[in-house]
Amino acid sequence: MTLQRSSTVEFAEVVKDYGAQRVLHGLNLDIGAGEFVSLLGPSGCGKTTALRVLAGLEDASGGAVLINGSDVSRVPTNKRDIGMVFQSYSLFPHLSALSNVMFGLSMRRVPGREAESRAREMLDLVGLGALAERYPHQLSGGQQQRVALARALVTEPRVLLLDEPLSALDAKVREQLREEIRRIQLRLGITTVFVTHDQEEALAISDRIAVMNAGDIEQIGTPEQLYTRPSTAFVAGFVGQSNRVPGIAGHGFVEVYGRALPLLDPGEHDGAIDVLLRPEDIRFAAEGIPAEVLASSFLGSIRRTSVRLADGAVLSVQHPVGQNPQPGERLFLEWSGQPVASASTTAAAYTRP
Amino acid sequence: MSLPVRQRAATLAPSPLGGRIIIAVIGLIFAIPIVSMLEFTLRAADGGHSVEHWLALFDPRNARSYAPIWVGLGNSLVLSIGTVAIVLLLVAPTMVLIALRFPKLRRPFEFLCLLPLSIPAIVLVVGLAPVYLVIGRTIGTGIWPLSLAYGVTVLPYAYRAIQASIDAVDVATLAEAARSLGAGWGTVLLRVLGPNLRTGILAACLLSVAVVLGEFTIASLLNRQNLQTALVVVNKQDPYVAVILSLLALGFAFVLLLVIDRGAVARRGIRSRKGQQ
Repeated sequence: MTLQRSSTVEFAEVVKDYGAQRVLHGLNLDIGAGEFVSLLGPSGCGKTTALRVLAGLEDASGGAVLINGSDVSRVPTNKRDIGMVFQSYSLFPHLSALSNVMFGLSMRRVPGREAESRAREMLDLVGLGALAERYPHQLSGGQQQRVALARALVTEPRVLLLDEPLSALDAKVREQLREEIRRIQLRLGITTVFVTHDQEEALAISDRIAVMNAGDIEQIGTPEQLYTRPSTAFVAGFVGQSNRVPGIAGHGFVEVYGRALPLLDPGEHDGAIDVLLRPEDIRFAAEGIPAEVLASSFLGSIRRTSVRLADGAVLSVQHPVGQNPQPGERLFLEWSGQPVASASTTAAAYTRP
Repeated sequence: MSLPVRQRAATLAPSPLGGRIIIAVIGLIFAIPIVSMLEFTLRAADGGHSVEHWLALFDPRNARSYAPIWVGLGNSLVLSIGTVAIVLLLVAPTMVLIALRFPKLRRPFEFLCLLPLSIPAIVLVVGLAPVYLVIGRTIGTGIWPLSLAYGVTVLPYAYRAIQASIDAVDVATLAEAARSLGAGWGTVLLRVLGPNLRTGILAACLLSVAVVLGEFTIASLLNRQNLQTALVVVNKQDPYVAVILSLLALGFAFVLLLVIDRGAVARRGIRSRKGQQ
């Protein structure tokens, strides 16, 4: 397999309106050659629209999309040299897996014999070499998405676009296939944009993640940066699990249930704010904040327990499976870890560095 | 309540014997006129039965009196071709365009297409008469302009058949996938959507042919000759040959429907296999 041509992608002030409704508010995003970038956000945040604008399936209302530095805003989809995998099964039902993969090559007038050998090679890469003659209705959902991936990659496109390709699959297949997508992407070195609403998926396989909310990017960074130093309360709330509790900020610290924790952003204005605490930063202690156990779930390597504080606030606590609190049990909590907080005007996020 | 659907359906269905009786009664109702027609064509002058009327059809001595039928049949075939062309080149592409680009127009378009079903041909012709007066003066009184009117009367059948196959596949995603792989719009239509809508489009064409071959009212009132008007004319001189040709037309329509059904079965086979996974 030859190394793919790596390309850069740039969104420059991209605006998209549907009638009176604006779904992209001047999106700016630079993606480096060979980089795997995820667009993560809740449904309706504009992530799929951004991907479709990049694919040329939607026209931007303003701004420009650049591939390798040249503006492709006026270039139709079929001339953009992209590969795309869709959320819904998109294999051509009347063609075998092999013919599906060969479709893009025949559009590029690659001679039949060469096209077939390249298609078979790509099907081998996604692990479906043995099923090349099967028709889509004879393949499982996961196999269909693998063929779709092979079909998108075989033309050696400049950019690979993945529009929630895993969301229709079972949890087990989903996890397996996402690892495989990452393995193939690293091997081919192809620039990839991956749209998902599943933060676990994005954290697992991305070089960088752009967290989107209401048509704009809230924060862009590596998975570690987003998790440990979320720049807004939305990011802190959306990436990873968190508990939202009230606190009083002052002089770079925030007081939560009588305990002062340093804020990540000491410039945060003083007064009442909401603080976001990660479940793994709360621990059970011999003494501290009194709480009552509501329920506890065993998650394999860890256990997650929900507890109620004296004022009625319900918190989620993550702890080793060795501890097994029973519903109704009374115990004490303590905040742990290096306190860091990041702030917005209404809320602050507290997490580990 | 908790019974599987299949079992519940079985308890609601009549017993095997009851089912056969129902089929026999319905079959009899349909068979009586057809068998009567067949019996009529086999009546001989002497009161017995023979195939002389069937043989007379191919007797060169009768060619003159049967001439209107061959003219009518030829005209009906021209009309069939014209109507199928309208379905293939106008109705089907419009429906694909609506599915891809203007999904909001689907309901209004459906209403428009089903409308001819609720308007009797005799009413339709009142509106068409002045139009065909103009057509007669400008592009002539040939038979083919009548296929424009027939294009309207077959709309409901063509619409239903094509829409069923559009609904069976995700046309928007298939088109986008093909576009992302480098296909232009022509390729999308012919190589991606065409093959997947083939059954529906074929059914629409065959239904259109069946409707056109059976049409009498519009042709008669607009003074055009087609198979049905010719049959009426010939019926006045020789009732036997008219009935024979009606039987043949019926048999032809039956074969057409059989072809459509075979196509549909092939598709259903694909889908039930998909359902098992």
